[in-house]
Amino acid sequence: MTERIVIVGGGTGGSVLANDLADRLGPELDAGDVEVTLINDGPDHVYKPVWLYVPFGKREPADGRRALDELVDDAVDLRIDRVSEIDTDSQTLRFDGTAPSMEYDHLVLATGSTLEPEQIPGLVEGGHDYYSESGATALREELLEFTEGELVLSVIGTPHMCPAAPLEFVFMTDDWFRERGLREDVEVTYTYPIQRVHGNPHIAEWARPIMEDRDINVETFFNAESVDPDAETVTSMEGTELDYDLLVSIPPHGGVDLIEEAGLGDDGWVDVDKHTLEAAAANNVYALGDTADTGVPNAGSVAHYQAGVVGQRLASEVRGRPATATYDGKTLCFIETGMDAASFVEFDYERPPSPAPPSEKLHWSKLAYNESYWLTARGLL
Amino acid sequence: MTDIEPEETVDARGAACPGPLMDLIGAIRSAESGDVVRLLSDSDGSLTDVPEWADEAGNELLAVEELDEHNAFYVEKA
Repeated sequence: MTERIVIVGGGTGGSVLANDLADRLGPELDAGDVEVTLINDGPDHVYKPVWLYVPFGKREPADGRRALDELVDDAVDLRIDRVSEIDTDSQTLRFDGTAPSMEYDHLVLATGSTLEPEQIPGLVEGGHDYYSESGATALREELLEFTEGELVLSVIGTPHMCPAAPLEFVFMTDDWFRERGLREDVEVTYTYPIQRVHGNPHIAEWARPIMEDRDINVETFFNAESVDPDAETVTSMEGTELDYDLLVSIPPHGGVDLIEEAGLGDDGWVDVDKHTLEAAAANNVYALGDTADTGVPNAGSVAHYQAGVVGQRLASEVRGRPATATYDGKTLCFIETGMDAASFVEFDYERPPSPAPPSEKLHWSKLAYNESYWLTARGLL
Repeated sequence: MTDIEPEETVDARGAACPGPLMDLIGAIRSAESGDVVRLLSDSDGSLTDVPEWADEAGNELLAVEELDEHNAFYVEKA
């Protein structure tokens, strides 16, 4: 009997896993003993880190998009459909429209994050972001013409994708205006929901002095409650009101509704064992990347490493062996500290991050990786 | 043992700092004025960041209960 592995979500985690399984289970796939299906709600794979560079006119959204059928191994069945229901009792997926349902033996959820700016009154009308193609493009139009005034970067939702990106944006903004001789006319303010400038205390401790050196204003314990687009103010739950001329936000994030509807976890994040990545509430279900509620950053590197773990575990299960591979929390991240310098961190569940001294070499390493990312998506790097 | 009846309980046990505080902030965000939210956390950081945030935001930390390997924080929304 053919064992059916179904992956939902064709982002970094889903694509890397599909290609990992195609490689790892090659003989079983050839023999028809195993089927691997990757389901995505659109034909393209999107590499989101490109968006950070779009507002500065450095990259185009198209640079982060490639067709999934060019990236995923031919041994994988690629299905473009939107899953509408997960029934973990009968191990069945149902779809929007008239598409027939699909049964699975092993399910992997890699559905990722969605933006929910509408949670904050006035944010859709008054705020910009670089966490979507349309947001990054619209922000580019504003930023390229912005020559004076108050620029506020407000981190509203946590957890959010790429926890370093808000720091990167204000560091790049500072440098970009400085290089153009406009920095004295632009006030840059960074707000964060808790008492420090980043969720991770080690990264916060590293970043805060850099922000002070660069005259980046900081508002901590700032949880945006509402935005008044006419008055151009953003007000926090803590009662602080900030004026802005350009508001850039990290909007609230959520997972997809069908995860909560399936009883797998709250807010679209799957409750998992943070080492095995197995869902707590159902058998034969894994989650990875943003979708897995492990407490580690929502980052592509995490999804990449977790895909390797889930790939090994699934291969073991298919072959009737005990699954021993576990995820140790490994996270790797470049952090831009300007337009031509970057830092780098690597950490896991046990070892905290220790940011490397910023250098041009690390900046070019980040850009080089962004180019070679497509090898990662193909399962080669 | 407190006899406070919370309107909502947020179970953030197992989450690392700042997860529990962010879960509390999320619950307070959608709560009504006067509602009490109970946060369950086994993160040591919560013992300092929850009182600090409650004070900063003008919400009242009514009680902190020491339970079996975790704490329960009762916060009333202003």
